[in-house]
Amino acid sequence: MKLTLKIWRQENAKATGKMVSYPIDGIEGDMSFLEMLDVLNEELVAKGEDPVEFDHDCREGICGTCSLQINGEPHGPDRLITTCQLHMRKFNDGDTIVIEPFRANAFPVVKDLIVDRSAFDRIQQAGGYVSVNTSGNTIDANSIPVNKHDADDSFAAATCIGCGACVAACKNASAMLFTSAKVSQYALLPQGQVEATDRVMNMVRQMDLEGFGNCTNTGACEIECPKGISLENIARMNREYLSASTKG
Amino acid sequence: MGGFLKSSIAKKVAMALSGLFLVLFLLQHFTINLTSVFSEDLFNELSHFMGTNFLVQAVLQPVLIFGVIFHFVMGFVLEAKNRGARNVKYVKYNGGANSSWMSRNMIYSGLVVLAFLALHFYDFWVPEIVHKYVESHPEDASRYYSEMIVKFEDPIRVAAYCLSFVFLSLHLLHGFSSSFQSMGWNNKYAKGVRGLTVAYAIIIPLGFIFIALFHYINNL
Repeated sequence: MKLTLKIWRQENAKATGKMVSYPIDGIEGDMSFLEMLDVLNEELVAKGEDPVEFDHDCREGICGTCSLQINGEPHGPDRLITTCQLHMRKFNDGDTIVIEPFRANAFPVVKDLIVDRSAFDRIQQAGGYVSVNTSGNTIDANSIPVNKHDADDSFAAATCIGCGACVAACKNASAMLFTSAKVSQYALLPQGQVEATDRVMNMVRQMDLEGFGNCTNTGACEIECPKGISLENIARMNREYLSASTKG
Repeated sequence: MGGFLKSSIAKKVAMALSGLFLVLFLLQHFTINLTSVFSEDLFNELSHFMGTNFLVQAVLQPVLIFGVIFHFVMGFVLEAKNRGARNVKYVKYNGGANSSWMSRNMIYSGLVVLAFLALHFYDFWVPEIVHKYVESHPEDASRYYSEMIVKFEDPIRVAAYCLSFVFLSLHLLHGFSSSFQSMGWNNKYAKGVRGLTVAYAIIIPLGFIFIALFHYINNL
């Protein structure tokens, strides 16, 4: 397969970036998208040029490290997958593929296609946890009965891998799907109730402080999420927030 | 209140509530307009009631004006903030792959509706206020129908009305059900709300278009 890659190149966080075209040949349909970039980088290194920097880790779709806006969509044109699970058979010989970093002021570019997603870490640190006494008298979580439906919804929310595709897809660069998944996974369980009020207030405050945009319910995040996190989580977060606001 | 509205979620809820209030107002406005198609007397009677009743004029009208202004101003504030959240735009952005045109372009459909409101105020609201409160004419319960139909003689104005209602329909197709999601109301009834949204967003604007065309054709 012969392709033309148009890739965002940016030397560092302060440099001005630009799109650069790279012709590439010999790409097989069974290669993953990241393997295709590996091939490109080997060619660039052989020519003495700087390889294209991109994030990757597990290459199994569970770590949330790989990102990339591919032809205008986070993680490319396929659904419910991360970029490492995208295969080149989704493209045709002669295609031009535009590859950009996830764009949001809250996700500044570090180099080339790598962005700093630590804003998500700070939102999580603001309240995405439960305080449990682990000094030798920990109660087994399974000893507290949980409604099956709630347990399933909580687990579904907890499958969020924090990749940032929701922010990248949203026309407003909103982080509400991520934040709501992290709020929901605790809000649905009895262990999460004790800190529920502070959690949602603090996480939403941090989300706003990071400079993400506001949600206008376009639903793009839900469609592009590799884990299928539902918009119902945003509605739940809104309920939790309104309820917490009335409690002061 | 100002502090509460600083949060992103509170802004969403405020947009939703003001939008739903305007949806209810639109239904009331449509109902009265529709009477003009089959009964001149009933239209005059209802218009006179709305134009002279103290509760409507002194309480509901200011609330409505506040609701309209709030919805538009908050819409512009949110749009500016949201655009500012991504200073470096994508070279290629395939929004059509994951969201509807209506949901991505609420600001534009809203701007068309705002332009329509300016025309509507120029046509009806301003002359009405001048008639009643500036020139202080004596009450005349039979003037409304005749004042209304002359506005539908100009085909360009009728076309502008019809086009505006197409954009109102597009605005409602996203906005109505979206406001329930914003208020945290996404549950087993969500599908029903979506169905109601589609029905409302098509029937009501289409009804307004029908009324405008009816009077235009009747005037010929």
